[in-house]
Amino acid sequence: MGISRREFLKIAGASAIVGLGGISAIEILHPGQFEASQVSRGPKALVGKRWAMVIDMKKLDKQTMQKCIDACHRIHNVPDIEKPKEEIKWIWKETFEHAFPGQEHEYMGEDIKHLPLLVLCNQCDNPACVRVCPTKATYKREDGIVMMDMHRCIGCRFCMAACPFGARSFNWRDPRPFIKEENKEYPTRMKGVVEKCTFCYERLAVGLQPACVEESKGAIIFGDLEDPDSEVSKILHSKYTIRRKSELGTRPSVYYIV
Amino acid sequence: MLETALKGSRTYWSWVIFLLAVIGVGFISYIYQFRVGLGITGMSRDVSWGLYIGQFTFLVGVAASAVTIVLPYYLHNYKKYGRIAVLGEFVAVASVTMCMLFIFVDLGQPLRVLNVLLHPTPRSVMFFDMVVLSGYLLLNILCGWYVLGAERKGVPPAAWIKPFIILAICWAPSIHIVTAFLYQGLPGRHYWLTAIMAAKFLSSAFAAGPSLLIVISLILRRFTRFDPGWEAIQTMAKTSLYFLIVTLAFYGFELFTAFYSNIPGHMHSFKYLFTGIHGYTKLVPVMWICTALAAVALPILIIPQARRNETALGFAAVATFLCLWLEKGISLVVGGFIPNPFERVFEYWPTIPETLITLGVWGIGFFILTILYKVAVSVKEEAIFDKYGERQVRV
Repeated sequence: MGISRREFLKIAGASAIVGLGGISAIEILHPGQFEASQVSRGPKALVGKRWAMVIDMKKLDKQTMQKCIDACHRIHNVPDIEKPKEEIKWIWKETFEHAFPGQEHEYMGEDIKHLPLLVLCNQCDNPACVRVCPTKATYKREDGIVMMDMHRCIGCRFCMAACPFGARSFNWRDPRPFIKEENKEYPTRMKGVVEKCTFCYERLAVGLQPACVEESKGAIIFGDLEDPDSEVSKILHSKYTIRRKSELGTRPSVYYIV
Repeated sequence: MLETALKGSRTYWSWVIFLLAVIGVGFISYIYQFRVGLGITGMSRDVSWGLYIGQFTFLVGVAASAVTIVLPYYLHNYKKYGRIAVLGEFVAVASVTMCMLFIFVDLGQPLRVLNVLLHPTPRSVMFFDMVVLSGYLLLNILCGWYVLGAERKGVPPAAWIKPFIILAICWAPSIHIVTAFLYQGLPGRHYWLTAIMAAKFLSSAFAAGPSLLIVISLILRRFTRFDPGWEAIQTMAKTSLYFLIVTLAFYGFELFTAFYSNIPGHMHSFKYLFTGIHGYTKLVPVMWICTALAAVALPILIIPQARRNETALGFAAVATFLCLWLEKGISLVVGGFIPNPFERVFEYWPTIPETLITLGVWGIGFFILTILYKVAVSVKEEAIFDKYGERQVRV
């Protein structure tokens, strides 16, 4: 018995559709089978329920800010691309009027308007980027860190459109030639994926504070919001702090003292 | 039936070869993009979607607009559309294929595209978009091909196809609503964050789609023995007109909300698009050409004498299509990213390779459309019609 070419094509086509749909069905009905990459914690790991950061701009000068930026970008192999169009940045300086648009007014002194602030991914508690990602390549960990799986990202850039903070960068071309000194401890990225700050999850796992915190000479405080005795909780309780675009409801975990 | 696409006139083959050349150039440009990365496009950290996603958005609308032909024919038994229902369905097939290709060429890691199926994420609108687009493509291939096949054999289509046709009708708006949801659910992008987005998407689609079909019908009338029917063309013109008016009204509502409320964030993108901000004016000509095209098309479509003039109608249809293409295919996506979340302006303009890839995908779309239409026209040239334009089935 033989089958015609037409019949064969019909069967093959139908099988392909059913096969692909089957995987999706398993994942929807029994989620968690194919979770994105995680890092295992060391014995000294810092453990928190919701990591947060307070950036005290009164204590930060320009040089220290630059040190924070350099340390972060060096450790994480962030390429140094001059072209603003293809720039990749995890933490950078932005003036007050641009970091907090709508908060400035015309009577404000130039020095306040142009006061540089450090900006980075806000590690939102209700992240729009995670909501829109079609592959769960960006996802929120139990400790609140919004993670990136560079091996799963398809580079659709929906997360970049969704992020109200401009925190995400895309590898418009191969970033490796633009890395000055490669840190072998941390992976480099390939072209076509999105990346951003991840609150130094890899340093927390071995008991270290995030790199920018370490460089900030006490101006950036990092800790667990769910722990009432943590330093961040105490500061937030006693001092006036602001968050970027809190009206959008993404619940940023980076607070500023300006 | 496909064999009818292999026999054609010199004009037919010249057109096919022209399209293949365009596709070839687009493919070579894509190889370049594939090797180097999306850096070869005009997109940037700040305008992270551009021409590709614009074309995708616009073409989802064109695909959905098949419903403006299929619905009156199948649900209201509007006989004048009997001859062209399949033409609408085939436009949908070509458009959805282009949509998928535009998403594909926009991906940074195209080889990982199946991750969307391997890790299905129902909370992501993009996952839903993929599901509804694939479904719509299959439905239109099924309905279009099957009904045409029945017509060729000279028998009425079997009853089992009817539920699929009804499903396709209900499905059509869903693809464009979901596409609008890609935009209108994002916090912090004021230009897109508007509940009227989905409605405006549908209305502009139902104006652009029929205007494309009018142009195609006028071409078919001239170059083939198949006549889609003057009355059908006139009805499509009216559909296009009403939806063009609705679209312009919706756009006016957006302008009112932004400028009467006077909320800076809501006004920024409009100001950038129509006047430019801080001296950045790249899209200003686009918006004013778009406005001018609407101003030209509207009176022709409204005044009956003008609408009944074949040349004027063709002109108005082209103007409508181009107007809505500029609005949705370029300004909507780019305008949403400007100014950026820091209220800084970084402009966008497509590069040459990006444009060639875009033309290549359009080339593939028109190639599919040409083949499908060649088959349809070959079948329909044989047909005999009664005075209502309904095909006479040989008994």
